[in-house]
Amino acid sequence: MTPNPASESVLFGKLSLAAIPLHEPILLATFAVVAIGGVAVLGALTYYRVWGWLWRDWLTSIDHKKIGIMYMILGVIMLLRGFSDAIMMRLQQAIAFGGSEGYLPPHHYDQIFTAHGVIMIFFVAMPFITGMMNYIVPLQIGARDVAFPFLNNFSFWMTTGGAVLVMMSLFVGEFAATGWLAYPPLSGIESSPTVGVDYYIWALQVAGVGTLLSGVNLIATIVKMRAPGMTMMRLPIFVWTALCSNILIVASFPVLTATLALLSADRYLGTAFFTNDFGGSAMMYVNLIWIWGHPEVYILILPAFGIFSEVTATYCGKRLFGYASMVYATVVITILSYLVWLHHFFTMGSGASVNSFFGITTMIISIPTGAKIFNWLFTMYRGRIRFELPMMWTVSFMVTFVIGGMTGVLLAVPPADFVLHNSLFLIAHFHNVIIGGVLFGLFAGIAYWFPKAFGFKLNTFWGTISFWCWTIGFYVAFMPLYVLGLMGVTRRLSKFDDPSLQIWFVIAALGAGLIAIGIASFLIQIYVSFRDREALTDTTGDPWDGRTLEWSTSSPPPAYNFAFTPVVHDLDAWHDMKKRGYVRPTDGFIPIHMPKNTGAGVVLAGISTLLGFALIWHIWWLAGLSFVALIATAIGHTFNYSRDFHIPASDVVMTENERTRLLGAGA
Amino acid sequence: MTAQAPASTVPADDGVNFYTREEHHPENGTLLGFWIYLMSDCLIFAVLFACYGVLGRSYAAGPSGADLFDLKLVALNTLFLLLSSITYGFAMLEMAKNRTATTLLWLGVTGFFGLCFLSVELYEFHHLIEEGATPQRSAFLSSFFTLVGTHGLHVTFGSIWLVTLMVQVARLGLTAENKRRLMCLSMFWHFLDVVWIGVFTFVYLMGTL
Amino acid sequence: MASPVRALRLTALLPLLLILTGCDWVVMSPSGDVAMQQRDLIVISTALMLLIIVPVIALTLLFAWRYRSSNKDATYDPDWHHSTQLEVVIWAAPLVIIIALGAITWVSTHLLDPYRPLNRVADGRSVDQAAQPLEVQAVALDWKWLFIYPQYGIATVNELAAPVDRPISFRLTSTSVMNSFFIPALAGQIYAMPGMDTKLHAVINKAGVFNGFSANYSGAGFSDMRFKFHGVSGEEFEKWVADIKAGQGGNLDRAAYTGLAEPSVKEAPKRFQSVAPDLYDAILNRCVDPARMCMKDMMAVDAEGGMGMAGLRNVFERRVDVPGAPPATGSRFVAAVCTPQRPRDGEIKSAAATPIAFDKPLIDGAQPRSAGGMTE
Repeated sequence: MTPNPASESVLFGKLSLAAIPLHEPILLATFAVVAIGGVAVLGALTYYRVWGWLWRDWLTSIDHKKIGIMYMILGVIMLLRGFSDAIMMRLQQAIAFGGSEGYLPPHHYDQIFTAHGVIMIFFVAMPFITGMMNYIVPLQIGARDVAFPFLNNFSFWMTTGGAVLVMMSLFVGEFAATGWLAYPPLSGIESSPTVGVDYYIWALQVAGVGTLLSGVNLIATIVKMRAPGMTMMRLPIFVWTALCSNILIVASFPVLTATLALLSADRYLGTAFFTNDFGGSAMMYVNLIWIWGHPEVYILILPAFGIFSEVTATYCGKRLFGYASMVYATVVITILSYLVWLHHFFTMGSGASVNSFFGITTMIISIPTGAKIFNWLFTMYRGRIRFELPMMWTVSFMVTFVIGGMTGVLLAVPPADFVLHNSLFLIAHFHNVIIGGVLFGLFAGIAYWFPKAFGFKLNTFWGTISFWCWTIGFYVAFMPLYVLGLMGVTRRLSKFDDPSLQIWFVIAALGAGLIAIGIASFLIQIYVSFRDREALTDTTGDPWDGRTLEWSTSSPPPAYNFAFTPVVHDLDAWHDMKKRGYVRPTDGFIPIHMPKNTGAGVVLAGISTLLGFALIWHIWWLAGLSFVALIATAIGHTFNYSRDFHIPASDVVMTENERTRLLGAGA
Repeated sequence: MTAQAPASTVPADDGVNFYTREEHHPENGTLLGFWIYLMSDCLIFAVLFACYGVLGRSYAAGPSGADLFDLKLVALNTLFLLLSSITYGFAMLEMAKNRTATTLLWLGVTGFFGLCFLSVELYEFHHLIEEGATPQRSAFLSSFFTLVGTHGLHVTFGSIWLVTLMVQVARLGLTAENKRRLMCLSMFWHFLDVVWIGVFTFVYLMGTL
Repeated sequence: MASPVRALRLTALLPLLLILTGCDWVVMSPSGDVAMQQRDLIVISTALMLLIIVPVIALTLLFAWRYRSSNKDATYDPDWHHSTQLEVVIWAAPLVIIIALGAITWVSTHLLDPYRPLNRVADGRSVDQAAQPLEVQAVALDWKWLFIYPQYGIATVNELAAPVDRPISFRLTSTSVMNSFFIPALAGQIYAMPGMDTKLHAVINKAGVFNGFSANYSGAGFSDMRFKFHGVSGEEFEKWVADIKAGQGGNLDRAAYTGLAEPSVKEAPKRFQSVAPDLYDAILNRCVDPARMCMKDMMAVDAEGGMGMAGLRNVFERRVDVPGAPPATGSRFVAAVCTPQRPRDGEIKSAAATPIAFDKPLIDGAQPRSAGGMTE
C-alpha cells in the first residue's frame, strides 16, 4: 500500500500497481460500481450522440445559469459520496463494541472520516452554495450574466478538478487519515509519509483557486452589474448574503491557500514551518487554518440565511420584516466571523483572558443571528403562510437551528468547552447547524427555484417524504451524539469499550438510515418531477407569486435573462412591478450582446488537475510538463480577442413571442 | 453607481418606467475584479509576513539575518524594482497618449529592471544555499525563503505577463482591451513594489539593523 | 398542517427530555471539583439561553399554525414590515442574555483557568496550605500515556492514580503529534503538544476508577489510547506508590524511554519503580537523545541572535542502520553543544551521528555570539 520512498521511479514517481487497493474488498466493490456506472453513462452519451451537445451547450458554457446547474449536479454527486462515508462511519461505530473491531480497520476508518469532512464542506456544501449564488444572483439583480463569464466556467472546472482528485484517491493510493483540517505534526511527512495528505493538499488547492475566483467574480457582479435603480438597500436579501459570503471567500481562502502551501513546503521540501525541530510551530498552523475555517462556516450559512429570507417573504405573502436590520445583521456577522477563530482551540492553553475574549466575541455573533431569527418570525406574523416545500424547510430550520445555536454558544464558554471540545457533542453541534442550517436552506432553495431553472415544479409527495425523513432523521441521528458527548465520548474513535454506549450509536445509525431514505426520496423526487414535467409545468415564470426580479422572466430564463434590462424602483422589484401594473414589452427588441462559449476553462482545469496528480505522486517530469502547458494555455487564451457576439434581434423576437404565447395559453 | 435610471425608459400605466429599451451597459468590472484579486493576493502575503513575524527569530541555533543578509545587494535590488515601477508609470503615460512605440519601449525597460531584480534575487538565494543557509536549516530561513521567494515568483509571472502583453500590443496596438490589460498589470506591478517595501523593511532592515 | 407542527414540537422537546434524564452521564455528574464547576456552568448557560430559545421555538410553531393560509380568520397585513419598538426588542433581548453570559464567561474562564492553582478542593472546602499538590508529568506517546510522579520518583504507563481531595498539578507534553489529555470525571481537557508544556490543575473528590483518554485524534492507534484513572484514599495511594517502588518495573531511563516511545497500540499498564529525574524535561525539550540540542538551549541561543554562520555546521543526520531501507524521516537534528553542565565530546560520540554535508567534527566552530545564551 505504502510505496517505498526509496523506490520512486523517474517515470511514475511513487505510483505503482501497489497503489491500487486490490486487497480492500469494500474499495474494490465501490470501484466496480463506479466503473460500471461510468461506462453505462459514457455508453449512453455515445449511443444517443450527445457528446457534441454536451460539450457545446454545457461543458464549455459560460452561461451563469448552466454553470449554476452544473455546480448543483456536482454537489449532488459528491453528496452521495460523502454520505456513503457517513453511513460507513455510523455502521462501524454501531457495531465496534465489546472487543469487536467492527468492519473497518483504523487505517481505512481514519481516511473515511477525513474524506467525509473534506467532501461535505468543500465538494458538497461549497458547490451547492456557489451554484445557487451563480444561478440566482444575476437574475435577481437584473443582469445578463456575471461580470466575468469565462472565469466563471474556469472556476467551476477547477472545483470539479479538486473533486476528481478526491475521488481518485479512493482507487489510486489513499486519502489523508488526519482529520479534515490535517493538523501537523500528524499531517507532516514524518507521521503521514504516504500520498494521502498530498491528495488532500492538492485537491483543496485546485478547488480553492476555483472558489476564490468565483468569489471575485460574484463581488464584481453585484457591485457593478445591478440593474438601474437597484441601490444597495434595494438588493434582494439573498444578494446581500451572497455579497457578504463572497467577501468572506476572498478574504479567507487566500489564508487557506497559503497555509496549505506552507504545509506542502514542509512535506515536499523539508522546511520547518510546522515541524517540531528547527524552530517551527504546529500551533501556528492551527491558528492559520481556523482563520480560514471559521469564516468558511459563515460562507456557507449566510447564503442559506438569504434563501430563508426570500422563501419566508414569498410564502408569507408579505414583505420581509426588518430588511435594514437584516442587512446590518449580515454585515455584522461577516465582520465578527474574523474575530472568533480561537474558539476552536480553547484547550491549547492560551490563557484565560485570550480565551474569554474569543468566547465573548463568539457569543456576540449570536445577537445578529438572533435578530435574523426574529425577523423571519415577524415576517410570518400576520402573513398568510402557504406551506409549500420551501416553507416547510424554513420552519424546520428555525426550530432546529436555534438548538444548534444554543449548543454553539455553550461551546463558546471556555470552561464548558474544556469538557465538550472534541466530543460527540461538538459533532452534534456542527451537524445541527450545517444540516439544520445550510442543508435545509439548500433544499428550501432547490424546491423554491427549481421551477425557475427548469420550467416545472418539483413533485410535492416525494418532496414531503424527503423533508420528513431529513428532519426526523436529523434528530434521531444527532440527538444521541449530544447525549454521547455528555457521556464523555470523544470524536473519531473507531471502537468502544463501554457497552452501555452502544444503544445510542445504534439509534444514531437508524437516524442516518432515515436520512438515507431522505436522500433517496430527493433523487426520486427529481426523477418523478422530470417524468411528470408536463403536469407540473409552469408557463408563467412566476409560480409562487414571487417578489424579486428572477420571477419576472420566463422559466427557464432565456440565455440573455431579460429582453430589456429592468429598472428598479423599490425593494421586491417584481412585486412592485406587479402591483403597479407593469406591462410586458412585446415589440421593439434589439440585438443582445453576449459572451461566447469557450473550452479554455475545461482545458486549463484539466491540466491543473493533472499537475496536482503529478505532484501527489512525485512524477516530476509530468508536473513540469503540465505546469508549462498550463502557462502556455493560459497565455494562448489571452490571444483570443473574439469573446463575444450578438444574439440577433430576430432570435430575441422568436423567444419572446413564444413566451407571449405561453403566457396567453396559461391565462 | 448604476443607481440612477437612464432617460430612455418605457412608462407603465402610472407613468413609472420598469425597463429600459436601450442596451444597458454596466460599467466594466475588470479593474474592480482585478483589484479584489490583488487584495486576496495581499492576504497571502499577510500570512507569509505573519509567519515570518512568528518564526523570524527561530534560528534553530543557526545564523540570523544579521549574519546572512547583504544589505548593499538588497538596496540595489530595491532600486531595480522601484525603477521598474517608475518606468511602468512612464509606459502608462505614453499609453494615455496612444503612442504604441514608446509605450512598448518603456514596457521593455520595465521588463529589463524586473529581470535585473530577479537575477540579483537568484544570486542571493544561490549564495545563501551554497553557504548552507537552506530553507531547511531553520524556521527563520523557511519563512524567509518562502516570503521572499513568493514575491520573486510574482515578479516572474509579472514578467511573463509583461512579455505577453508587449507581443499583444505590438500586434494589435493600444486597443481598449489591451489598455485594460496594461492597467491590470500596472496595478499588479505596483502592488509587488509595495509588498517589496514591506519585505525590505521587515525582513532585511529590521533583520540586520 | 396539524401533524407537521405537532411532530416538530415533539422533536423540539427531545433534547430537553434527554438533558433532564442525564444524571448518570459523566460530564453531567463528574467526581472532581473542577469538572463539577464546569458542569454547573453548562447548566447555567443552557438555562440562560433557554430564556430566548424556548419562546422562539414556541412562537415559530405558533405563528406557523396561526398564520397558515387556510386560516382566513387571522389578520393578514402584507405591508407591515417595520416596527422600531419591535426591532429594539429583537436586538436587545439577545444582547441582554449575552451580556449576562459574557460576564459569567469572563469570571468563570479566569476562575477555572487550568493554569491556575486550585484554591478549593470542593465547594466550601479550601485547599490545605500545608499539603503539597500531587505533581504529575503526563507525556502523550504513540499511542499511550506516560505518567511521571517526580515527587515519588516513579512512572506508569496507561495507569494514573491520585489521592482523593489532594490537588493535582499536571504538566503535559507529547513526543510526536498533538493529543488532548482528558479525564471527564476529573476536569476539562488540555492539549498535549510536542515541544510545549501545558498545565492542568484538578482534584478528585470521590474514590473510584474513571476513564481517561486522548481526546484529540492522533493517528492509527488513537482509539486505544485509553487509561484508567484511580481516585484512591491517601493511604491507598501511599501503598500504591510503595508497591510500585518495591516492584519489578525497572528504571525508566533515557534508553528505556526511547524503547517505550516506539509506536505501539493497546499498551497494557506498565509501572517503573524509578525514573530518570530529568526525563520529563528532556522529553519536553526534545533532547532525550543527548546528541540533540535541547529546545530551551536552542531558544536561549536564538534569543541571543543565533549561533552565527558556525551554526550552519551544526546539523547532523542519523546514520541509516538498516541496509537498503529508506532513510528515516525527521532524522536531521541540531546537535547539542557543550555547556558547563554538559562537557563536550562524549555524548555526541556515543550517538550514532554523522554530519550532513560537512565531514569535519563540528563542535569546534560552534561558538555562540554571547556566552550567556549557552548556559541552562
